[in-house]
Amino acid sequence: MKDIAQVIEDTATRLLKIAATELPSEVREALLKGERETEGALGKSQLHAINENVNIAETQIKPMCQDTGIVAFFIKVGDKFPLKSEIKTALIKATKRATAAVPLRPNAVDMFKGNTKNNVGLRGYVPWFYFDLVEGDRCEIIAMPKGGGSSNVGKMKMIPPGKGIKGVKEFVVEALAAAGPLACPPYTVGVGVGGGEDMCMNLAKKALLRPLYKYHEDPSIAQIEKELLEILNKLEIGAMGLGEGPSVLDVHMEFAARHPASLPVGVVISCWALRHAGATIDKEGNVEWHPH
Amino acid sequence: MEHYLTTPIPQEDLKKVKIGDIVYLSGTVVTARDEAHLKALEMYEKGEEPPVNFKGIGLFHCGPVMQKDENDKWTVVAAGPTTSARMEIFQDEFIKAFHPGMIIGKGGMGARTTKACQEETCIYGYFTGGAALLAADRIKEVKDVFWLEELGMPECLWVYEVEKFGPLTVTIDTYGGNLTEESKKNIEAKKVEILKEL
Repeated sequence: MKDIAQVIEDTATRLLKIAATELPSEVREALLKGERETEGALGKSQLHAINENVNIAETQIKPMCQDTGIVAFFIKVGDKFPLKSEIKTALIKATKRATAAVPLRPNAVDMFKGNTKNNVGLRGYVPWFYFDLVEGDRCEIIAMPKGGGSSNVGKMKMIPPGKGIKGVKEFVVEALAAAGPLACPPYTVGVGVGGGEDMCMNLAKKALLRPLYKYHEDPSIAQIEKELLEILNKLEIGAMGLGEGPSVLDVHMEFAARHPASLPVGVVISCWALRHAGATIDKEGNVEWHPH
Repeated sequence: MEHYLTTPIPQEDLKKVKIGDIVYLSGTVVTARDEAHLKALEMYEKGEEPPVNFKGIGLFHCGPVMQKDENDKWTVVAAGPTTSARMEIFQDEFIKAFHPGMIIGKGGMGARTTKACQEETCIYGYFTGGAALLAADRIKEVKDVFWLEELGMPECLWVYEVEKFGPLTVTIDTYGGNLTEESKKNIEAKKVEILKEL
């Protein structure tokens, strides 16, 4: 019988390494397509540099960006999976191990005691865990490190409900125009609508995990995603904000029910380096790596 | 237009560069983020000399990932640019005090830096954001490090010897030009159009 806690720790350590060093294949392809189709020399040279950099990361197995982010884990635990709270302990250990082994830049800063040097906060909140309970005997783990530059342009607004979907679209356009060249475009955009002031941001972040060009299963939401993708590219932010090449690679939205008096909208923006990696562990400790 | 510049960059070379040009820089590049700017300026006010002579060299907004090799020598793992906008509040004072030749970062800088670049003959170049390994590849040697204990790995001064460091897209030149501001104005104009059509 395998030590399941150890399997989780080893798996999560490797997921952090994969996320930091290899882009999901569809993100890679989108950036290559961006380079091919960009006509302006400035935009093309930026995308060429990005793609060259992504290649070096993969061949040398090194982080593709020096900002290896704040770590978040999305975990779905099956009812009959043997471990529960120990999952958290194992993921914290994995974060510390990956920080030394990959290496990841130490990015967890305590406001009073300074950098913790291991990417684990002193107050139990970093890495951040999104736990979900599901049926079955497996445990799915997705590691998502996110850089500070693109987090700084995230936005949330409580829109007057009377403005409806048009108000949502307006806010997304405003958020992206404000991000402009600041957060390493081409961007991928996650939008969360409804829930509450906290949930909309969580949903927006979660939306970034859906593979590029896979639109929402609800056709009316999928239509808004596609419309926003087209509209946002008209902002002409361009690669690295120089006005040439793609501004946004894709837009994904998640909707929750809202309070009658509220229309919360969260916008979470990823830089070109949209990093995440996942695996599912069964109750015996066998690991199935998600396609990457 | 492409320029191959070497530090200390002569002023006449800097004056040949215009916004939208691409620069490849060879010579000395020193990393400095928020904390290092503050500390250097504090020393300047007290009449003290920072450990590095910034005159004519590349000043790199970057918090690298560094690792010691088996011979206890520092090596660069990843060294892409950080968001330069954070340095806007004191970059002009820094330029006036220390006269670097070229500021390197990402995301562009604002009116104060543009003015200081024009008055003191300095340029600003964009290194592709996040392209940390490409940057590391062009760093040939880690010559020195200062303030590591006090400020930590991302914030301290790393002194690099670089070769053809780039491509650096020039977005601020010595003539008051600012490509990022032009791009931002365009984005704002497009935003207004889009919102009208929604």
